[in-house]
Amino acid sequence: MVEFETLKDLIKLAKERKCKIGEIVWEYEAEVEGVSKEFVWNKMVKHWDVMKRSIENGLKENFELPCKIAKRYAKKFLKGKKFFLDDFMSKVVARALAVSEYNSAMGLVCAAPTAGSSGVIPAVIYSAAEKLNTSEREVILGLFTASGIGLIIANKASIAGSEAGCQAEVGAAAAMAAGALVELANGKPEQVDHAVAITLKSIMGLICDPVAGLVISPCIKRNAFGAVLAFLSAEMALTGVESLIPADEVIEAMDSVGRLMHPDLKETARGGIATTPTGERIREKVFKEGSLEPK
Amino acid sequence: MKRVESIFEIIGPIMVGPSSSHTAGAVRIGRIAREILGGKPVKATILFHGSFAETYRGHGSDKAVVGGILGFSTDDLRIRDALEIAEKEGLEIEFKTVDLGEEYHPNTIKIVLEDSSGLKVWIVGSSIGGGNIIVTEVNGFEADISGDYHALITIHEDKPGMVAKITAILAKYGINIARMKVSRVKRGALAFSSIEVDQEIPLEVVHEVEKVEGIKLVRALKPI
Repeated sequence: MVEFETLKDLIKLAKERKCKIGEIVWEYEAEVEGVSKEFVWNKMVKHWDVMKRSIENGLKENFELPCKIAKRYAKKFLKGKKFFLDDFMSKVVARALAVSEYNSAMGLVCAAPTAGSSGVIPAVIYSAAEKLNTSEREVILGLFTASGIGLIIANKASIAGSEAGCQAEVGAAAAMAAGALVELANGKPEQVDHAVAITLKSIMGLICDPVAGLVISPCIKRNAFGAVLAFLSAEMALTGVESLIPADEVIEAMDSVGRLMHPDLKETARGGIATTPTGERIREKVFKEGSLEPK
Repeated sequence: MKRVESIFEIIGPIMVGPSSSHTAGAVRIGRIAREILGGKPVKATILFHGSFAETYRGHGSDKAVVGGILGFSTDDLRIRDALEIAEKEGLEIEFKTVDLGEEYHPNTIKIVLEDSSGLKVWIVGSSIGGGNIIVTEVNGFEADISGDYHALITIHEDKPGMVAKITAILAKYGINIARMKVSRVKRGALAFSSIEVDQEIPLEVVHEVEKVEGIKLVRALKPI
């Protein structure tokens, strides 16, 4: 029986069996749900297909953001002249924006770990696989790695903005993606730990302050930020940069920070940028439109 | 807090955006109302309370709840066009905002459904995060339905032995009870029970429960 409570457990199992963390998580899922490994694999392939399509649709489809309170920027960013980012990182950012915009406009997405943070993992994994020429098998294993990390965060801390702020949504997504990147690059299991720890430390305490309570601002751009952070943390870990604090302890700290966080800063739209003068103006406009009888 | 077991609660569900609580949760509450009505609704009144009242349009909660009433799942892209589809199907819809009171969760919807025979069902459901929901009222009775399980819903005369007769039928078919809730508005009138179970409820069970004297309404719900 595969059992793990912490990232340390997961790393120990991977080292004992000389395999990737993703393979341990794959086996765990089959056991805990009482289904075949093949069934679990095919289900993840289906989820990956939805992720890929959400990137494509987010860049291609013709849609507007709800209440027209914000514009779409994914395509504009992709085509715009860059002064600092290379072509690769520009694509990562554009893809994260695309999925998040598509999600805001009621597109079909795969929550990872939530709908509000669903842009990070597709953008990161798709771009990394394209660059490294990764096989689909390795990509799917990477998604298992990511989901194992997410499972630990969900059970030791939270993956809900209403419980622990955005650190639990975009933060968790970035940490999951960073760990998966280490495995896609054939890094060591310990490096997964460092990548997760570096990510969560960098984003610790991030509040959830959606303007007008909608999954638009700041959510969409934060997905792009989370995607970039995942690459930065993974690259650090892969070059041998270590986190002073182990990932499991960082996750515990994230949980206590989430509990200390004032309710106004946890998805209620009663603090942060939601209550700025502009934020309040937008909220009022949305409320007025929302209270009208349907046409 | 509920322990997450499956990784597909982490990567997944596949859903129509933008928000598991405001979209997926709203679909599920609408769907439960339809299942309890048990047939095609011709009229729906949807009342949004709290945070839902403020942001339902921006989140597409209006489309989501109507999608659920039309019988769609949370990953059905037709949710985007639910209002137009409802119109084509002859479902009359009215949206209102309401203040149900402080004791209600901020993401709460009240739905009143009617079918062509005049049967009326109304429920109050809250979207409590991550797509999880709880239906707390059915036709004025206190309820507790999560939509995660198969469930048997009954409205019956409030007299001794009713619940025992219903659970005996479930036992006869080897159906295990996970959660249950029994309530009434006043003594000796009508009572309500929702029994969440681990196995699918066969049609025979519904027919047998219908035959119990004093039963007014029986519905078997599937996990949504």
